[in-house]
Amino acid sequence: MLLEIKDLCVSAEDKDILKSLNLSVNAGEVHAIMGPNGSGKSTLARALSGHPGYAVTGGSITYNGKDLLDMAPEERACEGVFMAFQYPVEIPGVNNAYFLKAALNAVRKHRGEQELDAVEFMTLIREKASLLEMDQSMLHRAVNEGFSGGEKKRNEIFQMAVLEPKLAVLDETDSGLDIDALRVVANGVNALRSPDRAIVVVTHYQRLLDYIVPDFVHVLSGGRIVRSGGKELALELEEKGYGWIDAVAGAGA
Amino acid sequence: METTEESIEQLATREYKYGWETILESDTFPPGLNETVVRGISAKKNEPEWMLEFRLKAFRAWQDMAEPTWHNLQIEPIDYQAVSYYSAPKAKPQLASLDEVDPEVLATFAKLGIPLEEQKMLANVAVDAVFDSVSVATTFRAKLGEMGVIFCSFSEAVKDHPELIRQYLGSVVPYTDNFFATLNSAVFSDGSFVYIPKGVKCPMELSTYFRINAKNTGQFERTLIVADEGSHVSYLEGCTAPMRDEHQLHAAVVELVALDRATIKYSTIQNWYPGDKNGKGGIYNFVTKRGKAMTDAKITWTQVETGSAITWKYPSCILQGDNSVGEFYSVATTNNRQQADTGTKMIHIGKNTRSTIVSKGISAGKGQNTYRGAVKIGKNAHGARNYSQCDSLLIGDKCGAHTFPYLEIKNTSSIVEHEASTSKIGEDQIFYCQQRGIATEDAVNMIVSGFCKEVFRELPMEFAVEAQKLLSISLEGSVG
Ligand SMILES: Nc1ncnc2c1ncn2[C@@H]1O[C@H](COP(=O)(O)OP(=O)(O)OP(=O)(O)O)[C@@H](O)[C@H]1O
Ligand SMILES: [Mg+2]
Repeated sequence: MLLEIKDLCVSAEDKDILKSLNLSVNAGEVHAIMGPNGSGKSTLARALSGHPGYAVTGGSITYNGKDLLDMAPEERACEGVFMAFQYPVEIPGVNNAYFLKAALNAVRKHRGEQELDAVEFMTLIREKASLLEMDQSMLHRAVNEGFSGGEKKRNEIFQMAVLEPKLAVLDETDSGLDIDALRVVANGVNALRSPDRAIVVVTHYQRLLDYIVPDFVHVLSGGRIVRSGGKELALELEEKGYGWIDAVAGAGA
Repeated sequence: METTEESIEQLATREYKYGWETILESDTFPPGLNETVVRGISAKKNEPEWMLEFRLKAFRAWQDMAEPTWHNLQIEPIDYQAVSYYSAPKAKPQLASLDEVDPEVLATFAKLGIPLEEQKMLANVAVDAVFDSVSVATTFRAKLGEMGVIFCSFSEAVKDHPELIRQYLGSVVPYTDNFFATLNSAVFSDGSFVYIPKGVKCPMELSTYFRINAKNTGQFERTLIVADEGSHVSYLEGCTAPMRDEHQLHAAVVELVALDRATIKYSTIQNWYPGDKNGKGGIYNFVTKRGKAMTDAKITWTQVETGSAITWKYPSCILQGDNSVGEFYSVATTNNRQQADTGTKMIHIGKNTRSTIVSKGISAGKGQNTYRGAVKIGKNAHGARNYSQCDSLLIGDKCGAHTFPYLEIKNTSSIVEHEASTSKIGEDQIFYCQQRGIATEDAVNMIVSGFCKEVFRELPMEFAVEAQKLLSISLEGSVG
């Protein structure tokens, strides 16, 4: 098992957000996480990547046989955990390619691999940029600075394609993308599907799951997973809304 | 020579507790400042009468002046009578080997990439004269001499090129200019002189490394650069040696003269010892830098100020001639207890004069960073233009950034634009970098370098690399 989350409790600024959440993900699988606004989806992503503003108050996360909670954020990244941010930040004045080179070489160094030289690196990122049909000029702009909402999301998946993580958590990567961009980005994600990589997509819409077909769908509500199922669960949700889940969950509790 | 003997005689009768002979022998004057000391400095340097006169006029003016108080700095009172105004090597214990040097100092040297032999020198370890800076300078000088370029110490220039010094000394920064410049005019120790003849493009970057170093000299340097008509020069001033000591006074003056169509690019990397984390020690850096640009001339000041406990410095341009251009690019960092009050003054006198100001202030720890800039547009400066951009970056929440722009516009055909911003290095920016595998310190460096980019690209290549390194050292430990 690549990722095992047990009874995870997370709070931020004294607010309990995740309340005993359980989730298991194997390598090779794609999991979709859905759920109403404010239910804790992004909080789960932040807890996985080690955001300092989110305190884990209970439970455990085992990743690749190791205690993930024991690692600093950059260590997690170097170990192959990647998060595509719901709201990617801008870093003025820092060249996108330069940033990515620093990131890739940090990851490679951690793995005991040689750092790429400038030529190897540029070849690699040009290839990945064309996979995502990204304008080459984006490589030399400052990280996310002045990027449109959709361009930022595409840039996240581009970074993922370059860094080749083991576990990728995509937080609402589809929101803000136009119809064509959605297809391109989804194709980019699908190209990265592989038996030794797991992908967790957080989304509100079935539309994305038409392209990135999940093996499992989970519904997060009130800080825990209240229902899990196959890809048809997403269709059912789309039809009936979250009220249906809450009613079922409420009745069960 | 007669002057020297005269002043020695005068000195013999002054009211010092140390005898004059002692003074002459010791190479370090006892603390205190009076006319005798000023004469003594001049005598030490065998200066001509006119040079002594300049010093004395300045000294007399200084006695009636008061320290400026308009700045946004908290400075412990300075006792000017407790300072020694002529200081050769301070008797510091000579260390037998690098093993005896404070490991923190060595770590800093290593990070700066200072060669080992030089490290030994800086750390005051006894070494043979391996670092033969004299011969290096001479080779240089021969090559420059072929083109008529003069590049020498200020003292040499007083002796060898008195006509140039007499013509230009004090022509941009008069000896009555301000408290610190006037003090410098009275007691300056040494410095550099550059003259670029008409139409000559200086073939190499000229540079001076001031190191307030084991020797404790050079605290009142004076630099004069004269670029004759149509000439070009790029001059680098580096102050890269850290120093561990009590507060030390450093009051320098730099004058630039760019005659018609000349270009002077003056870059500084200032890294005097900033004091420790609690504000103990560190240099008090009070500097007056000003350039005068004649018709079609251009002066560019670029500075990266990472050191000093106190920085008080406003490199300025007097845009005297029509179409002259002044530029100021600055990065100033304050960490721990450091304070900086820095900026520029652009004085537009000629027609169609243009100026650009780009100031980047970075505050971390309990550092306080003030930008103070003045743009003055005179009534005859038709068509003058100024663009100012002034950005502050805060790291943590105990530091401060302050901006004081002053505008004085007496001409309606001029255009002045001012932009300012203050931002905080967000936890989210750092986290974003970390999430991609980049460690915290590297993330901070990257974000700060991005912030300073517009200034760094004005620096000569090798300097830009050094500046970036210094910046990361000076901000070390400022996050998490
Ligand atoms: N740093 C924080 N401080 C206080 N409350 C927070 C913090 N971060 C998240 N919360 C709260 O926790 C809850 C879960 O937030 P989260 O961002 O995880 O929701 P989400 O499921 O991703 O929602 P959406 O679908 O709108 O993106 C929300 O009520 C939110 O206001
Ligand atoms: Mg969210």
